[in-house]
Amino acid sequence: MAALTPISRKPMSLVLPTIAAAGGFLGIFVGASNGSTLMGLVIGAVVVAALGLFFIGVLKNEQLSKWISIVLVAVAGFVLGGIPGFILGAIFGWFFHWFTYWLYEGRYRARLLPYLTPGQVLWHYSFLVICGAIFVFLITPILVVMPLSFNAQDFFTFTPEMLRFDPEGYSLKHYRDFFTNNEWQRSFKNSLLIAPIATVISVSLGTLAAIGLSQSHVPGRRAIMAILISPMIVPLIISATGMFFFYSDIGNWLEGTLGLPKTFVGYVKVVLAHAVLGIPFVIITVTATLVGFDRSLTRAAANMGANPVTTFFRVQMPLILPGVISGGLFAFITSFDEVVVVLFIGSASQKTLPWQMFTGLREQISPTILAVATILVVISIALLTTVELLRRRSERLRGMSPS
Amino acid sequence: MKSKVTALAISAALVAPSAFAQEMTIVSWGGSYSKSQQLAYHEPYTAKTGITIINDDSSAEAVAKIRAMNEAGNVTWDVVDVVASDAMRLCDEGLAEELDHDAVLAAAPDGTSATEDFGDLIVSDCFVPQIVYSTTFGYRTDMVGDTPPSSICDVFDLEKYPGKRSLQKRPIDNMEWALYCDGVAKEDIYDVLGTPEGVERGLAKLDTIKDSVVWWTAGAETPQLLADGEVVMGSTFNGRLFSAIAEQGQPIGMLWDMQSFDLDGWIIPAGLSDERKQRALEYLFFATDTQRLADQAKYISYGPARKSSAPLVGKHASLGIDMAPHMPTDPANAGNVHIYDYEWWADNRDDLDAKFQAWLAK
Repeated sequence: MAALTPISRKPMSLVLPTIAAAGGFLGIFVGASNGSTLMGLVIGAVVVAALGLFFIGVLKNEQLSKWISIVLVAVAGFVLGGIPGFILGAIFGWFFHWFTYWLYEGRYRARLLPYLTPGQVLWHYSFLVICGAIFVFLITPILVVMPLSFNAQDFFTFTPEMLRFDPEGYSLKHYRDFFTNNEWQRSFKNSLLIAPIATVISVSLGTLAAIGLSQSHVPGRRAIMAILISPMIVPLIISATGMFFFYSDIGNWLEGTLGLPKTFVGYVKVVLAHAVLGIPFVIITVTATLVGFDRSLTRAAANMGANPVTTFFRVQMPLILPGVISGGLFAFITSFDEVVVVLFIGSASQKTLPWQMFTGLREQISPTILAVATILVVISIALLTTVELLRRRSERLRGMSPS
Repeated sequence: MKSKVTALAISAALVAPSAFAQEMTIVSWGGSYSKSQQLAYHEPYTAKTGITIINDDSSAEAVAKIRAMNEAGNVTWDVVDVVASDAMRLCDEGLAEELDHDAVLAAAPDGTSATEDFGDLIVSDCFVPQIVYSTTFGYRTDMVGDTPPSSICDVFDLEKYPGKRSLQKRPIDNMEWALYCDGVAKEDIYDVLGTPEGVERGLAKLDTIKDSVVWWTAGAETPQLLADGEVVMGSTFNGRLFSAIAEQGQPIGMLWDMQSFDLDGWIIPAGLSDERKQRALEYLFFATDTQRLADQAKYISYGPARKSSAPLVGKHASLGIDMAPHMPTDPANAGNVHIYDYEWWADNRDDLDAKFQAWLAK
């Protein structure tokens, strides 16, 4: 983007305190991990301010000072924390140099509108920093899990070998454990069996309910809607307790009177319970898409001789499909992530992945859980990417530009 | 009519294959403990009988779940592994089957009856003892200087061993250790603890280290905290410490002084059909014989409950080290042992739990 505002050099009275504050802030973390937080703060502020003064006041060569900054801080990092410290130090060094010149040359002003007050400029960058911080807080817990899942030890700990990037410290054994351990495999298969079936049931029933409830002539629509959505509002532990007794009776009847085998009945109970939990999501998303649905289309279809079923599948369904699919995704995730209800209703042969992770975390803090988490994250990303690519493709085929 | 026929046809089709694949659900504690049972009991049993065994790691909430299942008339568990005190509670409430130990369990190879072989470890009519374990302390060998802790009272000595320690979040054991280190003789501990002043005294002793305590609820927490170096020492089950030391090579040492013995074993929940109860009994007969109990000690350092199993305890299955020195019952480790009093705690647990929780919240 081209510069909007002409830039000019800023006085040192603005640059120095700001970079010293940034240096002090990072110094807190370095200091905390080396014994003294206060020392870190002071040293960080002084070192960064001194470097800035030296670069701008004495050296006056941006390229040269960049490399000096990177090498100096990287060496300091190496002394304090080995190879990881070296890499972090190099990044910090680059950052300080960039930050110093960014402030000193007034580059931060270049891309903003010329009439902004200093307060607005400050807010603009604070806003960016806040957004970045939120992003970091959301993503870091997930990112931390990934390297730990390659731990050669059975603990949730970054071992010294791992920090030295020693291949000895890493291993695939937790992944091997997941793929060879019967309990993990059983629970993985159960999840892959229960979640899709529960999703199909919730999507069919939820879509029907949403269409029915969107008709203006249905009596007591709001009351019915509230009841159907209640599983989402009632605390899960309460639904689960009620479901436990309700489905126990149904299960006893299915086993006793109809003579169905125990394992099969167990699956039926869990699938039905998860379907109930998924239905509200489908109803809400489909109702939302139905708001934008033009009713005259169904009348036009009827006018041309289509019966209601044909109308539904050929006219209405394709138009509300995005709502149905996102409802289905929510229903799938609800079942796939669910641990409370399945703990109550399922028996061990219906053990799902979240259940296994839950007990695994409580009884044995095993990094296999982290390996599974990593696999699930990768699968989720792959799934979402596929869905997005398919959506773009279908829009392209329909002659719309991807949005 | 037609739908009834269809239902019957469907159920017949579903029942037919399931008749071949028999399953039973065995409930245990999970982790390396369940693994040792899997290798020592479940796999040989499946090989012998063809019955598939499903593990449910729910022993921690066994009492509550068995109550709920019983109320709902839908008991899905066949055999349950519980600690002795839970077995006594379940037995008192009629939620576990009472057993005639000599009739349903194997005799020792030399013909000694089961009741004699298990001796006084049969603490309840419903309970089949399996292992003797202990709650004891592990410490970081690299964080205690040249003099590793050798007495339980070192846990309360913040000057000699500064740093955090992890203790189980319950009054049991902690109160006894606190009183013992406050100068109460071992045989008087429960007499003192029975008085309100005694409880105050125990809590006051715990108060001296309260700020340095990390409270744990799951057995896996202390090994993790020790591996991270977040605590200097911590209590947990001795088998967990063994696996952290011997199998994971962590710099951890054992402090066996005043280790607290406890029992763990099997119960059969009440309310099973005759067929399932019969199957559960057959499993128990197999899994608690002399050889099987000794086999389990190959995988985890818990002492077998039968006297006749002790001489058969051999080497660790994969490490090849002798298991006997790692057993809580080994004479070298059992020099000063705390025998935890079930009866006393059964009577006083609720009261002390409340006081302990109130103290924690202070």
